[in-house]
Amino acid sequence: MSNMLTEEDYRVQVKDRPFSALYSRNARAVIARGLRATKSSNWLIMVSGFFEPVLYLISMGVGLGALVGTVVGPGGEEISYAAYIAPALLAVSAMNGAVYDSTWNVFFKMNFAKLYQGMLYTSLGPLDVAIGEIFLALLRGALYATGFTAVMGLMGLITTPWALLMVPASVLIAFGFASFGMGITSYMKTFQQMDWINFVMLPMFLFSATFYPLSVYPQAIQWFIQALPLWHGVELLRQLSVGIFTPATAIHVTYYLVMILVGMVLTTTRLRKLFLK
Amino acid sequence: MPNQTIPNYVISADRLSKHYGDFVAVDGISFDVPQGESFGLLGPNGAGKSTTMKMIGGVSQRTSGKLTIMGLDPEQHGPEVRAHLGVVPQQDNLDEELRVRDNLLVYGRYFGLPMSYLKPKADELLEFAQLTDKAKAKVDSLSGGMKRRLTIARSLINEPKILLLDEPTTGLDPQARHILWDRLFRLKESGVTLILTTHYMDEAEQLCDRLVVVDKGQIMAEGSPARLIREHSTREVLELRFGSERNTTVAADLAGIGERLEPLPDRVLIYTDDGEAALEQVTARGLHPITSLVRRSSLEDVFLRLTGRSLVD
Repeated sequence: MSNMLTEEDYRVQVKDRPFSALYSRNARAVIARGLRATKSSNWLIMVSGFFEPVLYLISMGVGLGALVGTVVGPGGEEISYAAYIAPALLAVSAMNGAVYDSTWNVFFKMNFAKLYQGMLYTSLGPLDVAIGEIFLALLRGALYATGFTAVMGLMGLITTPWALLMVPASVLIAFGFASFGMGITSYMKTFQQMDWINFVMLPMFLFSATFYPLSVYPQAIQWFIQALPLWHGVELLRQLSVGIFTPATAIHVTYYLVMILVGMVLTTTRLRKLFLK
Repeated sequence: MPNQTIPNYVISADRLSKHYGDFVAVDGISFDVPQGESFGLLGPNGAGKSTTMKMIGGVSQRTSGKLTIMGLDPEQHGPEVRAHLGVVPQQDNLDEELRVRDNLLVYGRYFGLPMSYLKPKADELLEFAQLTDKAKAKVDSLSGGMKRRLTIARSLINEPKILLLDEPTTGLDPQARHILWDRLFRLKESGVTLILTTHYMDEAEQLCDRLVVVDKGQIMAEGSPARLIREHSTREVLELRFGSERNTTVAADLAGIGERLEPLPDRVLIYTDDGEAALEQVTARGLHPITSLVRRSSLEDVFLRLTGRSLVD
């Protein structure tokens, strides 16, 4: 600040790029901030998120599994109950993590920690913030999925190398939910409204063929469940866990690709509503 | 790369409005700020000052009107405009999950600035904010004044050309305020344009070359502090306190003294060019206030005159 500013200094160069009002190609600064914050304060919360599906797997898979015995797997072969529900629990955990990060976490940082207000007073645009936060959510999801897959391996629930594909597939599932979640958060104004998200998530967790096959339902309910995203995630991971590929595998993947696309369009169009009041 | 003409004004607002549903926060205000000026928005809480600041920063979308910052619309070129802006919001929004020095470094990264520049700059700013020994402390362990200083230091990380300060010294003790005023004055001397909102008239008088008085989203008056006082008030003010019971009832007995009388719940103000003479007239009428004070007119009096209300309520 030692030199006097001149008129020259007040001239701004403008680049006309698409989204230049919303995006400054600096999402990495948001990501770097997230990693630094995790390192210095909230790594314990991160670790706790890993245990949730593991505890479910031990209680339901091992405990309840002792009563259930073996069940019919995706390929028609007999597998243990734990091996049946483990991929489903992984899909649920990918969904929960992504939804939490893109809804509650965003809502809190927006309205209470005022973190985004600070960011948005810099060169960052809302799209930098959105991309950065979604990337962080997916990175976390990938770490959890890797950990959970390792636990499955240790418990002897993995019989094929194809099962490793569950990790990228979990990230795909998380991406689908995260891209939608942030768009939905833009409509939320109060904590009460945020609770509706849990109201949708819990039944989806319980009834998306997570703990038993879809065939127990009457036809109409089957169609309804099959329209919901979690079912596709559960089925996709269940197939990958035993290395079975059918035309349905492609449908499940496509479902998520479309969900990501629609979710990103929704979130991008809602960015001004979400971040610029 | 499209060129734009050199702007005459670094900030130019034309009938700028912001509505939240039925509520009109900013109601068609117009002003221009030339380069290097220190420009103030003076008004009570809820007058629309902060909303105006948010629109300048491009983080709030205007309902109608025109606004250009360095010749650019902040809604269309938010990131480019903000690269040259420093912002001190009314409420500190420091990153509580990061340590003190990291707050500066990470904030600098949001501007895309390289670490080789940021590290020495962060240390320099910690020095400026007298927080060098707190560099590794957690933000929530800082006192209110320290947080404020850190927020102000953070706003300077990108060497802004325009500094937006929303109630910068609220919550600071008098000594800290004077240090800050000194630093802001130096920035102004180096050619930085300052935009500040305040409801402290002494702050406005100290720092602003020119200011607008804002109330209920509208501009009530505009000019330099001295000109506003000259145009809307008398040279001196006689403040009388008769005790809370009598302040309003005694007003009738004071009629005719000075140019104008303003009975307030806690005191009576008599506007006059000669305060001592007015006080003699008061005592000559057999009235004996508990305390009396002759002072020069301030922006507070201007505001009272223009709106019928006091600034701090």
